[in-house]
Amino acid sequence: MPENVTATSDFAAAPISLWRRGMNFFATVAAAAAVVLVLLPLGAVFGYLVYKGIGSINWAFLTQTPKPVGEAGGGMANAIAGSAFILLIASSIGVPIGIGAGIYLAEYGRDRLGNIIRFTADVLNGVPSIVVGIVAYGIVVLSQGHFSALAGGVALAIMMIPTIARTTEEMLLLVPNTVREAAYGLGVSRWRTTLSITLRTATSGVITGVMLAFARVAGETAPLLFTAFGNQYWNWKINQPTAALSLQIFTYAISPFDEWHRQAWAGALILIVLIVAAVSAVRIVAGRGMLKGAN
Amino acid sequence: MRTRFQQGLDDLRARLLRMGGLAEQAVDRACQAYIDRDLARCHMVLEGEFQINVAEREIDELAFDLLALQQPIAVDLRFILAVTKINSDLERVGDQAVNIAERAMDLVELPKADLPVDIPRMAAAVSAMVRRALESFIEGKAELAQAVLEMDNVVDRMKDEAFITLVKTMNERPEVTRQALDALLVARNLERVADHATNIAEDVIFWVRGADVRHNVSTEPPVHQASTDTR
Amino acid sequence: MGVGIKVDKLNAWFGKTQALYDITMEAPANHATAVIGPSGCGKSTFVRCLNRMHETIPEARATGRVRIGELDVYNGTSAVQIRRRIGMVFQKPNPFPTMSIYDNVAAGLKLNGFHDDARLDEIVERSLKLSALWDEVKDSLRKKSGASLSGGQQQRLCIARALAVEPQVLLMDEPCSALDPISTGKIEELIFQLKEKFTIVIVTHNMQQASRVAEFTGFFLLGKLIELDKTERIFTTPSDKRTEDYITGRFG
Repeated sequence: MPENVTATSDFAAAPISLWRRGMNFFATVAAAAAVVLVLLPLGAVFGYLVYKGIGSINWAFLTQTPKPVGEAGGGMANAIAGSAFILLIASSIGVPIGIGAGIYLAEYGRDRLGNIIRFTADVLNGVPSIVVGIVAYGIVVLSQGHFSALAGGVALAIMMIPTIARTTEEMLLLVPNTVREAAYGLGVSRWRTTLSITLRTATSGVITGVMLAFARVAGETAPLLFTAFGNQYWNWKINQPTAALSLQIFTYAISPFDEWHRQAWAGALILIVLIVAAVSAVRIVAGRGMLKGAN
Repeated sequence: MRTRFQQGLDDLRARLLRMGGLAEQAVDRACQAYIDRDLARCHMVLEGEFQINVAEREIDELAFDLLALQQPIAVDLRFILAVTKINSDLERVGDQAVNIAERAMDLVELPKADLPVDIPRMAAAVSAMVRRALESFIEGKAELAQAVLEMDNVVDRMKDEAFITLVKTMNERPEVTRQALDALLVARNLERVADHATNIAEDVIFWVRGADVRHNVSTEPPVHQASTDTR
Repeated sequence: MGVGIKVDKLNAWFGKTQALYDITMEAPANHATAVIGPSGCGKSTFVRCLNRMHETIPEARATGRVRIGELDVYNGTSAVQIRRRIGMVFQKPNPFPTMSIYDNVAAGLKLNGFHDDARLDEIVERSLKLSALWDEVKDSLRKKSGASLSGGQQQRLCIARALAVEPQVLLMDEPCSALDPISTGKIEELIFQLKEKFTIVIVTHNMQQASRVAEFTGFFLLGKLIELDKTERIFTTPSDKRTEDYITGRFG
């Protein structure tokens, strides 16, 4: 300390004790260890998948449909396309409804009805995926008389909605009220303010919510068992059974054939890679739309 | 309320009163010295002037600081402005007391002359005006100040009479010209003191009522518009 | 040119609590009227009643007559329509964070359906010049977001945004309280110039500011308007003792 400054109290002047420094170090090490512990399983899964599956990924795998039992070769091209198709249907149903519900809850749902909706969404979130699948079976498959991509999409949509709604609500509530007031002050009507201003301000958070829901349902198998059902061939019709990557992996994994096991590993690796790629792509595209300095 | 500011205002008030006391005392002493032909008293007046001048400087400095640092407005601002003006008038009163003392010193050298002018009566009236003006400041009462304004006319008449009488005396009895001249000058000094007392009264009215009543033209604050409060 | 504001027996409530009692006053055209008073006296509520922003709070209501020029604020047109004719600037600068500077200024027009792009450029430039921000931002109008500016600049941006819709009246709710002295000075200078075109009502808790920018000042206390007069009268010889006590710091 400079000599013309005297410590005003012993407390301020004392050096940090050895015990304090020890605790500091220990806490830092513990936090780092926690990070490693979290990343470890992720790395392990990914690494193992790569190890087991990379050998089976080739051009044929990515472009061919499954070959009949016993024959070697073939691929999961239709399953990859089918998954994308089903997820597209699920998103077109689930995202608008989810965001709409979120908007209602945030802007208008401070009352009893809002609480009921919130409660329902939380319960729905906890419903086992197989049950959701059976419900979709009952609603769509039975009334149509056949399995379909639509039924699969509906099942996945039901699972997406609660997550999207709750996250959207939370992100909208984070928008400070001063922003809404600025819009009201300009004579913008309430609904217009909600859509053009509040929602726009919360966009990045809402997208995160949608991505979370998407990633969650992208790998679901149980809801698709009685709805999309799976298909050996290409299918682009919404009302026909459709192959899905998760279904295909499941079918191959429980089969007794080594060839199919090998392909299951490859499929699993592809599934993970595609989910990560999809989420990253959306982030990049959304980020490019942001202005300098906006958050 | 802001304590430092209030203390500053109280300090200002106390100092001004003290200075007022000194000025009042100086006038009384000078008049008494003139009437009694008392040289010792004259010297006391001359020595006392130093204190009055010091007081004037200190009060101005304190007022200036309060204005700069405390941003007074409304009644507080009027008070401080009034104090600076009264300050200046009191210092002039002190100067006039010195002038009267100097006339008295001159008169002591000369043989006693019987002049048909009632200086003691005039002195008493003027003294009363000064006292009442300072009272109106202490009490913060505009009515007392108003009374001072009215007394000024009386003193003015006394001065005019004194002039006429003394000029006549100088014509009729040239041997007492110097004494008459001294008396005339004292009368005028007293009339100036009365004017300063009047100024002080006007400043008090400005402070208390916010009305500028100088030079016999009153600018009372007009009744404002658009108050909805029904008390 | 601005228009005068006439308020007649304005009362306002938050649920069951009454916040304003029978406010009757006038704010003359092309002048600035300041509204002062201690915390909780109702000055912000009053100003927000002038453009019916008060109603945006749940369970809030107001009765009475407010006329802004020929416009009757409470009878006839909807609140949304009213607010399009009256500009408001808030205490904390609140530019739209996801919009560029250009879009912020144009927001009042675009969000209300105005889409003539050629004229928009002209309006944006004019508004930014009016609020003395043009020179500082003219090169990055569309590149920088409204939220990337400094506090004082943000507030001037909000003023430009309010002026873009060409209101006749500008309401300002403590516009400088979140700003540093230099920015405050710039905005006060701005208010002085804006008076030529607009009528301004400014809420402020800073009495020196009221005395600097406003020709008229109204003193509010506990929901009532105690006194409204020329600013120089209020600050030299106020008629009501409560006004005097407040401005000399004896309470509040």
